[in-house]
Amino acid sequence: MHEMSLCEGMLQVLEQNAEEQGYSKVKTVWLVIGDLSGVEIEAMRFGFDAVMKNTLADGAKLEIIRLPGQAWCMQCAKNVQVNQRFDECPECGSYQLQVTGGDEMRIKELEVA
Amino acid sequence: MCTVCGCGEGETRIEGHDHDHGHHHHTHEHHHGHDHHHHRHGEHTHDYGQGPARAHAPGLSQTKMVQIEQDILGKNNEYANANRYYFSDHGIHTLNLVSSPGSGKTTLLTRTLTDLKDELPLSVIEGDQQTANDADRIRATGVKALQINTGKGCHLDGHMVGHALETLKPEDGGVLFIENVGNLVCPAAFDLGEAHKVAILSITEGEDKPIKYPDMFHAADLMLLNKIDLLPHLDFDVEKCIDYARRVNPKIKVIQTSAATGEGMDAWYQWIRASRQMALAGHPALAESA
Repeated sequence: MHEMSLCEGMLQVLEQNAEEQGYSKVKTVWLVIGDLSGVEIEAMRFGFDAVMKNTLADGAKLEIIRLPGQAWCMQCAKNVQVNQRFDECPECGSYQLQVTGGDEMRIKELEVA
Repeated sequence: MCTVCGCGEGETRIEGHDHDHGHHHHTHEHHHGHDHHHHRHGEHTHDYGQGPARAHAPGLSQTKMVQIEQDILGKNNEYANANRYYFSDHGIHTLNLVSSPGSGKTTLLTRTLTDLKDELPLSVIEGDQQTANDADRIRATGVKALQINTGKGCHLDGHMVGHALETLKPEDGGVLFIENVGNLVCPAAFDLGEAHKVAILSITEGEDKPIKYPDMFHAADLMLLNKIDLLPHLDFDVEKCIDYARRVNPKIKVIQTSAATGEGMDAWYQWIRASRQMALAGHPALAESA
């Protein structure tokens, strides 16, 4: 959706963290991206390389950990897996679902020097 | 800037706002001149900040792992939270209006302002890529408005709104409408500190918009189904549209409106009053205007 701005946001987080933790180079970034987060992974990779150029994360490797979409089905009263926000419950066909996971976009871990 | 939707910072203009005033917390924000020519020539002009993070020290230390577990939008969320505190302190009820371009958002808003301005202190932040046309239309109603031009950006963010507040100074205890950039994709993810997102969908757009753009309808608390006066002329299935919206968001409220005829507008005003009272329960600003 707006992967370039997300990468800009990521860079701000990295810069701030580098200052707090006292490192000057980021070599690998592990991201957790949920399937319902609306993030296009390929666009994210493209944006990452472009945005990180000439920064502390220039040339850094981007590792993406994907999480499946999770929702609570009110009819079945249990958690089910969904691939889209408008999916029906794979078990009972109801649309009364509350997304409970898989919408995250988080920087999990960094390899730094 | 963004290859997908044109997002980019550095071109944002806020009316009456001098970009060279050097606020300590955002000086790095206005140097995002990531001009691709520079990359080609390999020059170090990609100026994101002057902090210690830029101090390159190659080969100095071995690598280590740092667990940070931070949201990518963490920075925006910090700005949005600061705005939220501000709104809460001042008893300002803030609504973030989101829609596609051409949904009749500005017309609906100008009618709302005209009808409610004698009842509540109102103000408006207008977001568009270019021009101050919308803010001019708003000011014509006598309500104060500030235009933010996002330049290449496709959404407002918490930081832009924070600065707009400094200039706009919305009245305490009032209602602030933020008319976001016409876009059903990006504004869904960027919290501005608002109390509610209100999605406006016009019936000229097609009833499947809520499932085509599920993130936005999931994030909204209210959907205004606008231009409802055109229903006799269109092949639009209202029930189906509402059903689609509930699929992505079982809690969404729907009001059918026509800014042209006034149909449904009272229900919308009632929703504004009620949501404001819920938000301001116990706040002194509510007692004053009650």
